[in-house]
Amino acid sequence: MHEMSLTESLVELIENEREKQGFSRVNAVRVTVGALGHVEPDAVRFCFDAVSRGTIVEGARLDIRIAPGEAWCLDCAKTVRVADRMAACPECGQQHLQVTGGDDLRLDELEVD
Amino acid sequence: MCTVCGCGNPDAPDDKHAHDHPHEHRHTHEHAHGEARHTHEHPHRHMHSHTHAGSGSHQHGDEAPHDHHHDHAHDHDHAHAHDHAHARGHDHDHGHEHVHEPEPEHVHRADGSIDFGAGPAAVHVPGLSQSRTLRIERDIMEKNNAYANSNRAYLVGLHTLALNFVSSPGSGKTSLLVRAINDLKSRFPIAVIEGDQQTAHDAERIRATGARAVQINTGKGCHLDAHMVAHALDDLALEPDGLLFIENVGNLICPAGFDLGEAHKVVVLSVSEGEDKPVKYPNMFAAADLMLLNKSDLLPHLDFDIGLCVAHALRVNPQLQTLVVSARTGEGMAALYAWIESRMARLAEPRSRAAAPATQVAAASGAAE
Repeated sequence: MHEMSLTESLVELIENEREKQGFSRVNAVRVTVGALGHVEPDAVRFCFDAVSRGTIVEGARLDIRIAPGEAWCLDCAKTVRVADRMAACPECGQQHLQVTGGDDLRLDELEVD
Repeated sequence: MCTVCGCGNPDAPDDKHAHDHPHEHRHTHEHAHGEARHTHEHPHRHMHSHTHAGSGSHQHGDEAPHDHHHDHAHDHDHAHAHDHAHARGHDHDHGHEHVHEPEPEHVHRADGSIDFGAGPAAVHVPGLSQSRTLRIERDIMEKNNAYANSNRAYLVGLHTLALNFVSSPGSGKTSLLVRAINDLKSRFPIAVIEGDQQTAHDAERIRATGARAVQINTGKGCHLDAHMVAHALDDLALEPDGLLFIENVGNLICPAGFDLGEAHKVVVLSVSEGEDKPVKYPNMFAAADLMLLNKSDLLPHLDFDIGLCVAHALRVNPQLQTLVVSARTGEGMAALYAWIESRMARLAEPRSRAAAPATQVAAASGAAE
């Protein structure tokens, strides 16, 4: 489950930020996960609990925002919203789509004391 | 304000808002709150529909309406703080939040996940908390990506083409590589990084060809990451103007998201696996530049429809190229070698290509500081 190592990276990033910004506890962690990315939000939540134990992040709330998928339609020559990688273009119905956004995996904000 | 749960209800006097514990929820389990330990029965579901207009099923000792961090419209898409006095280490499966005690607690989310140990102040009430919000905006993959960019710069500097072979287990990656090495080793230096959860079997098979190989055992890991590959590159001491095969862990999911610094991901699909793998595992096929349909020698014995498979693959990646090959008979391998050599020729082009990753490395390491 690659979410485990991604969650470890997330916790590492936060530990990292603590060294720079000096806070003593983390109350909330806000991340963005792309709808078309390779990360399953539920798996991240599961891993977060396990990985954060014994770290500054332990007990923090994890808020996951899902970023919508975006793709470039080769037929319409424009960017369209898509729900998944299998989607057809909502405008022309063709499936000549190149994913251009929505595979984010980003730490947005921390709420700290 | 309620100082017990921090619910922020100005009408709830402290003494009128006592949370008596242990108390009973209208749940299918009992909490024994206020204790350091308790016993739950799990999994359980909370299906209660109590109201909080004073006649609720909670025993708050408080008849006044109060805001209790419940949202019984049950339309939670947020996760707010929730303090049960639980011992740590168990899972709930319900989607609402209570705030009981400012002691060890966890966070129940609408999706059923829980965090423990958020501590007293994690009774998160906007406006009451003294916490501050830090804008971070950092890519969680940035460490991997920094290693990947540095690997890429190193490989490009050596004019070495790196191909990251990904597939499900058993698609024939190692056999493909063994065949390719035997056919190509007289033309340029070839080295291999082998990723497997356990054993050095694959590296031994590669070394039997005379090529240099480093085995990475990922242990519990399900994929190679760029840091592992960086170490392997240190060990390999590559010769310039060569070819590097990276054989990833057999797994059609996890390796898709990890850039190792390769020039291309090559996804191998054996024809015994079914045409619809590309739509079942779209991320991997979207990440690849080349798909090899391997074991073509088996086609007469199967109902595999190559056209359908390619159609599926193009749905997830309109730019994916496909070659039909057999590592066993050698069918189609010449086309693969031509593909590889055309990519190697591009590497030998002027330094414009080499300059790009180096810039990215600088940018990435700058961001990491």
